[in-house]
Parts: sequence; structure tokens; C-alpha cells
Amino acid sequence: MDSTYEMTRPPLVSGNKSVEQVTVDIANVVEGKAGALWWGGFMVSLVALGVGLIAIGYLFVTGIGTWGLNNTIGWAFDITNFVFWIGIGHAGTLISAVLFLFRQRWRTAVNRSAEAMTIFAVMCAGLFPLIHMGRPWLAYWMAPYPNLRGSLWINFRSPLVWDFFAIATYFIISLIFWYIGMIPDLATIRDRTKSKLRRWLTGTMSLGWDGSTRTWQRYEVVYLLLAGLATPLVISVHSIVSMDFATSIVPGWHTTIFPPYFVAGAIFSGMGMVLTLMIIARRTMHLQDYITINHIDTMCKVLIVTSGMVGLAYLTEFLTAMYSENQYEQFIFMNRAAGPLGWGYWIMIGCNLMIPQLLWFKRIRTSPGIVFIISIFVNIGMWFERFVIIVTSLYRDYIPASWADYAPTSIEIAILVGSFGLFFTLFLLFCRLLPVISMSEIKGVLDYGKTPVEHHDTMEAK
Amino acid sequence: MNPRQLLGVFESADEVMTATKASHAKGYSIVDVFTPYAVHGLDKAMGLRPSRLPWISLLLGMTGAGLKVWFEFWTSAVSWPVNVGGKPWNSLPAFVPVTFEVMVLFAGISTVLAFLIISRLFPGRKAVIPYPDITSHKFVIVLEENDAAFDAVEVRKMFESMGAVEVVERVVTEGAN
Repeated sequence: MDSTYEMTRPPLVSGNKSVEQVTVDIANVVEGKAGALWWGGFMVSLVALGVGLIAIGYLFVTGIGTWGLNNTIGWAFDITNFVFWIGIGHAGTLISAVLFLFRQRWRTAVNRSAEAMTIFAVMCAGLFPLIHMGRPWLAYWMAPYPNLRGSLWINFRSPLVWDFFAIATYFIISLIFWYIGMIPDLATIRDRTKSKLRRWLTGTMSLGWDGSTRTWQRYEVVYLLLAGLATPLVISVHSIVSMDFATSIVPGWHTTIFPPYFVAGAIFSGMGMVLTLMIIARRTMHLQDYITINHIDTMCKVLIVTSGMVGLAYLTEFLTAMYSENQYEQFIFMNRAAGPLGWGYWIMIGCNLMIPQLLWFKRIRTSPGIVFIISIFVNIGMWFERFVIIVTSLYRDYIPASWADYAPTSIEIAILVGSFGLFFTLFLLFCRLLPVISMSEIKGVLDYGKTPVEHHDTMEAK
Repeated sequence: MNPRQLLGVFESADEVMTATKASHAKGYSIVDVFTPYAVHGLDKAMGLRPSRLPWISLLLGMTGAGLKVWFEFWTSAVSWPVNVGGKPWNSLPAFVPVTFEVMVLFAGISTVLAFLIISRLFPGRKAVIPYPDITSHKFVIVLEENDAAFDAVEVRKMFESMGAVEVVERVVTEGAN
């Protein structure tokens, strides 16, 4: 088939797969039956989702008073969870779009599931601004439409309004990008499945894709354009989310480091979640030849870089406060580390800065079990980071008379659990019903690292 | 008069690329080349013109941005200006984030819609696959025999020397491409 070649780099797909083998390996997961592990995970997720839905129902009927919020601490779990989930979504777009622009071909093994993760994470995130409204049934007032209230328009100068547009755009563009990427793979499944229902579904969703190069040419252009649009989108969305805090005058929030700090933190937390999901997925779906140890190694490197950036941001915030001679700013930072919620601060430091330092060692980066545990700690640490930023700045603000304490109620905890339930339910369904690895893109990188020793032009008859 | 087509079936991207380059060099009419994944350089080898989709993306993105910034200005400074913290009515820097997002939204959606329309892809379209396993692992080049100079035997020999696993001749019936 090819002339002799030498491997100048480790291959992206191990096991010397042929193009046909790739189809078989990945399509078989879709067409096969779900194992006990999948059902177990799915049941647990459904229960968690159910718990969350009941809590949200109770919340809608009774009101925000069921939460632990008060006059001083107006945002706690709700916004923490919102920023947490949006942050997780960003790593998916990074892998899909940014790494595409950087020509990092290793992304092909994880980009499909990372993009799926983004879409589900954004759905979970979008839940929180909706339910934290006092009157969620009036959520449509966020949209600028001509109305009978004098035509009362929304305030375009408010970061909360910027959020609405940013999250909506992010969701729509991510969904489109993910779907367009899937069309060739849906066609592959359409052409090989024996099930009539699956053939009809994939047939409709693959829009009559036939593999024509005329279409592929335009497809590649669209893919590049969407990647080019999604990259500044990712940066702008999380910058806008950070502006929810940065444009205020609350000490600890009102700092220009927030946009880059949040974006780096988002990539960090998202990559942690990608690793959590991929390490489980590659084992349970037998995809170790595609999501190789090298992939995990590389993703860990991204993790340690972004951990460093987040650490640098912590230091910058602290030094800015110290240098500013602003007593409120200085107090906030002392209080974060040593005040009543200091335990949360040290969990954050430990999980985000200390534990990822283990990833400097290649032996650790190449052990999926340890990386899995580290990724869980990263998720925990990043949740606490958002919590610490939000609550510690609010609960000890300018006037001591308004200082208060915060404790989450069972409803808030139930809703957090429910958001994880929603996320994992959707992700498990995705793993079952859709190809988790982009078959067409992986086929294109099977030759990665091969350098021909002789020239191809002298072909011999087979 | 139904056109006759000749299909060369290959099992690797390199082989179909060689076949395409040779066919294009010899001036054969290439209907299309069907591949399971996008093979870089194949569109140039076929002699396809570069796509104009980026222009559509740029044009509609800019239109979206322009419309949005005008809308923001009109609602905030003309229709019902509301004094929020003493901010100026025409606070253009504050309008930037939403304008940017709407620009990305317009550009993205319009590019994808344009792509689907130009490529004639829509739900319910029946895929006409000229040879089985194209969407899995076969690479097929389809030539059209459009003049008497086309020597099917010579083309068959050429393709087979390049590694074709099968060469099929057929007459195009209605509904096939």
C-alpha cells in the first residue's frame, strides 16, 4: 500500500490500524449493547438528575428564600455553579477549535467527546442564571424584543446582559460546530448499520452526505471558519463571565486580572473534566488505541501550564492588593486565607496548585489511574476557587455591620448534585448513541509520524 | 444518451491522489472523487476552484455586527434612554461585547447555512453512494467518458497500475450522480 517508511514520531493511533479497522472499532461501540457499567452509571445519573429536578420544582414554587442567600451574600452556590460549568465547557472548545488552528493533530481522538462535554456543560451552566431569577417564568424578558411596557429595552451596558448573549451564542455555535463535525461520521454509521431505525435517524441527520470531494472541500473551509470563530468566542465568553465580577466595586472582584485569570482557570478546570471523562471512556469502550497514553500525557501538560497560570493569577491578585494600599482590598486577601472560610481557600490552593505539581513527572502523567485522581482534585479545587472568589468577597465587604455568614441549604446542594446528574446523563447517552471519536478525522491522522524512505511515484502493481 | 462513467476504487488516500493527478493531467473529465475523510490537496489535484464561503462569512458577520451596534445605540440612546449610574447614552465601549457575540453568531450560522445550501445537503436528502464503503474505507474516483478519445481500457490499465482494487464501468441512470 505505501512504500517503506520510518517512524519519526510516535503514532497518534497505536495498533497499526487500517482505515476500515477505525470504522469497525468506533461504530461497534454505537451499534453494540450497553454494558452493566454504562447502565449503572446511567441509573445513578438519572437519580441525581431527579433529585435536582425535584429541588428546582420546589424552588420555583416556594422562592429563592429556600436558599441560604441573604442581603449580604446575594450570590453563592448559584453563580459558583454557573461559572464552574461554563468553565468546564471551555476546554472542549479549546480542544476542538484552538488546537485545530494550532495544527495539533492529536486532538482528533478527543475532540468529539470534548465538544459534547462543552454542550452539556453549557446546558448545565445555563440552568443556573435561569433558576436564580426571582421569577424564572419571566426569563424571556432578558431578550430585547419590542413590548407593551413602553418598549422597555434591556440594559446593553450590563455584564449580566452581555452574559445572556455570550452564553446563548456560545451554545449555538458549539452545537453547530459539533454537529457539522459529526455529519460524515453519521453517514458512516448510516451506511453500515443493520437497524432500520438507526439507519433512518442517521440518514436524516447526515443530510445525504456522500463523501464527495467537492463537498469535503467546502466542509473543510466551514470547519476552519467555525474553528476561527469559536476561538475568540471562547475567550470572549469567559471574559464576559468574569466581567460579572470585575465591573463591580466589590473588593476582591474589582481587578483587571479577572478576564485572563478566568479564561486560564476555565481551560484548567475543563481539561480536568476532559481527563476525568476520557480516562473512564477509553477503558470502558476499549479505545486505548485511540486515546493513547500520549494523549493523556499531552493533556496533563496543558493542565500543568494552566495550573501555573492560575497560580500566577493568585499571586498577582495578592500582590496588587498589597501594593494598592487599599485597606479593603488588603483585608479581603488576608481574610480569604485566614478568615472563617479559610478552609475553602486552602482546599483551592492545595487542589489547584499543589497537587497538579505532581504532573511534572512523566511517570505520573503516563499513569491513567493517578491522573484520574488528580483530575478529580482539579475539579474540586476549581469549584472552590469560584466559591471562594464569590462568597469571601461578599461576606466581609466594606461595612462590618453588614458582615454575614453563609451556609448552603439542602436545596442548593440538591441542585448542584442535579446539575452533575444532568451532565452525566447526557454524556452517557452521547457515549451510547453517537460516535465518541471523530472517525473521519482520526482516519486522516493514521499516517502521522510516518516519513517515507523512498518516493511514492514509482508504484508497483499489487 | 446516458453518460458512461468509469470508477476507479482504491484503498489508500495516496493512491487515489496519484490517480486524480494523472487523470487531471490527461484532461479527463473528473465527476468527483469520493473519500471517507478529507484528503488534503485532493481538491487542487481535481482542479477545483477555491471556495467562496469565507467571503459570505465575513460579509454576514459584519452585517450582523453593524445591525447589532446600531440596535444597541438606538435602544440605549434614542428609543428610551435610561440613566444607569450616569453612563453616557452612546456608551459604545460597553456595546462591544454584545456586538462581538452577535457578529460571531451571524457569521457562524450564515456560513453553515450557505455551506448546506451550496452543497445541497438537507434532511431527507437521499445519499447516492456510487460504490459501497466509501464512507468507511474506500476511495473512489469517478471519470466521465465524454468524448470518443476516452479509452476505457487505457484508463483501466493506468488505475490498476496505481493500485486500484477494482475498476467499474457503468452507465448513469436517473437518480445516480
